[in-house]
Amino acid sequence: MSVLSARDLHVTYRTQGGDVPAVRGVDLEIERGQVLGLAGESGCGKSTIAAALLRLLPRGTRVTGQIVLDGEDVLKMQGRRLRAVRWTGASIVFQGAMHALNPVRRIGDQIAEALTIHAVAREREARVRVGQLLEQVGLPPRRIDDYPHELSGGQKQRVMIAMALACSPSLVIADEPTTALDVMVQAQVLSVLKELQRDLGLAMLFITHDLSVLVEVSDKLAVMYAGKIVEDGPTNDVFFDPKHPYTKALAAAFPQIGDARFRGHPSGLGGDPPDPQQIPSGCPFHPRCDFAFDACPTLVPDLYPAGENGRRAACLLVEGALAASGGVRR
Amino acid sequence: MSDVDVQPSERQPGSDQVPVLEVRDLEVNFAGRLGLLSGLIGRKSRDARAVDGVDLTLRRGEVLALAGESGCGKTTTARAIMGLIQPDAGQILFEGKRLGRDLRSYRRRVQMVFQDPTGSLNPRQTIYEIVAEGLRIHNVSTGEPGHTEEELVSRALSRAGMRPPERFFLLYPHELSGGQRQRVVIAGALALDPEVIVADEPVSNLDASVRGEILRLLLQLRDTLQISILIVTHDLGLAWTVADRVAVMYLGRIVEIGPAEQVLTRPMHPYTRALLDVVPEAGGVDRPVLAGEPPDPTNIPPGCRFHPRCPALASGESARAAVDGACRTEDLGLDELRPQHFAACHLASVVASEGDRAPATTDRA
Repeated sequence: MSVLSARDLHVTYRTQGGDVPAVRGVDLEIERGQVLGLAGESGCGKSTIAAALLRLLPRGTRVTGQIVLDGEDVLKMQGRRLRAVRWTGASIVFQGAMHALNPVRRIGDQIAEALTIHAVAREREARVRVGQLLEQVGLPPRRIDDYPHELSGGQKQRVMIAMALACSPSLVIADEPTTALDVMVQAQVLSVLKELQRDLGLAMLFITHDLSVLVEVSDKLAVMYAGKIVEDGPTNDVFFDPKHPYTKALAAAFPQIGDARFRGHPSGLGGDPPDPQQIPSGCPFHPRCDFAFDACPTLVPDLYPAGENGRRAACLLVEGALAASGGVRR
Repeated sequence: MSDVDVQPSERQPGSDQVPVLEVRDLEVNFAGRLGLLSGLIGRKSRDARAVDGVDLTLRRGEVLALAGESGCGKTTTARAIMGLIQPDAGQILFEGKRLGRDLRSYRRRVQMVFQDPTGSLNPRQTIYEIVAEGLRIHNVSTGEPGHTEEELVSRALSRAGMRPPERFFLLYPHELSGGQRQRVVIAGALALDPEVIVADEPVSNLDASVRGEILRLLLQLRDTLQISILIVTHDLGLAWTVADRVAVMYLGRIVEIGPAEQVLTRPMHPYTRALLDVVPEAGGVDRPVLAGEPPDPTNIPPGCRFHPRCPALASGESARAAVDGACRTEDLGLDELRPQHFAACHLASVVASEGDRAPATTDRA
């Protein structure tokens, strides 16, 4: 059984300037011990999904569809149950570790808070457990009484990871957990995350714009564009043999050192990500797509089967896609 | 100023001409702060030696990448070159001449592009005003046809890829995307027809998909206007795509410098190797990751400054080459171990002298 499954998830922010459809029909499935990587540019809706899974969105935001966490529908949960599930059912490691910790409280107390609030442990036991958690993320337990300012950026991110693991959740959502970190520290934090995920058999949703990080950590990869998943499948298949032109462009943006094709040829994608209030007609990617043809501005592509291992891509160029969508290629 | 409109020019990388920019033995210290109590009991503050003897040359029409972890002094070096920080020692030479007190004409010819385009643009100025500001400060516009302010602004914008430029004149920074904002920053630099652009992490705040476009623009400026570019980055993949030469900094010093192909595919310094190891790579194999935090510039270790974290020393490789003593006690400078390829490493020196002086492989596609 999957730890998390989301069906036809739609999220619409309501602003003074009108409704902003940030997520427009997304299906996700994460099994135990599996890491799903969610990639895309800023504004594509990937962080909105993270917040929607634990219902952390601003009041008034319209969320429809179904989110099932450990067999329970998150969108139907009432106040107390929801609070209980947050952190014990699923926890989040946020991007800005620097700002996510309370500067005037010792880190040990901050981690213990999650344990005592959720009645996982009483105060005395909590301290022992916090020591273990710190050790798990590679921090010496004697740092338990440190304040956040005594730690470096990478150490703070380790504290955040320890906190996320405190109540042994079945799902950890990591939203850009290494983006603000230095190269070497990023590598350290990633290897801690990978190790813990493997040892504890965690299910993980790993969100980042950096496809090269996902190639390292994730089993499955889903690429988002303009609020929808445009391609998914096993990570290596998707990265090395992308089917969707957008994934191709993203993958090409990460040069392989030593590969002469990249020397002197930085590759990227022209144009800007679409405004969620003015999503282009048809395939939303068509204005930036090098392969667009006359059907692209009118036909909205679904996720079509695109190869072995359950790969799918939302592009009319995928074999059989055009017929499935009822269009004719001239 | 000559009219250098888009015209391909022949580049002669590595030729013997006078480098555009030269840095000699640059040192920058930041005074350590001391608490009141520690001051009263007479404790001495420890200065941070952010840049500790850097030599660097930038050749005409070259793209040089300065790479390293945070805190290695790469940004401080760039800022000192720009005259934004007063160095404690050392010289900066522009076209062979030492920088004097008057930085005005120098600042016009050497322009800087910062990391965060949103932070470096005044939100209350229009794009036109932003690009024109440098022109006004330096009295560039003569008012003659072809040199009116408006013409210069629109030329700079279109060179930076903002076309048609007039469409952007009256917009404000918040109306642009991140990539466009960085183009405006670059246009502001280009307006003054600089010979050198110092770009400090010019794309690290941008989305991966947009980065390529900005890098392509920088390369294009090099090719068409022969602008020399010093690009400060932590991203070796970026260095691989754009740089002719790469310099790797560690704790205030350059520890390896040479042609990009050489440094990035046949690195000699263990630190460069460690940096290359952490570049995320497909496959997700467990790679060696240097333990420990970025080093502390207030407390520089004796001997080779990398030795406390050096994997070659830890694995006994240095001991087998009988340099482990030297690693711990003898400080060393850069040595040309392969043609044009310098490194500061006791072990690499031994390895190189043992016959690894193989001819450099410079075949590129």
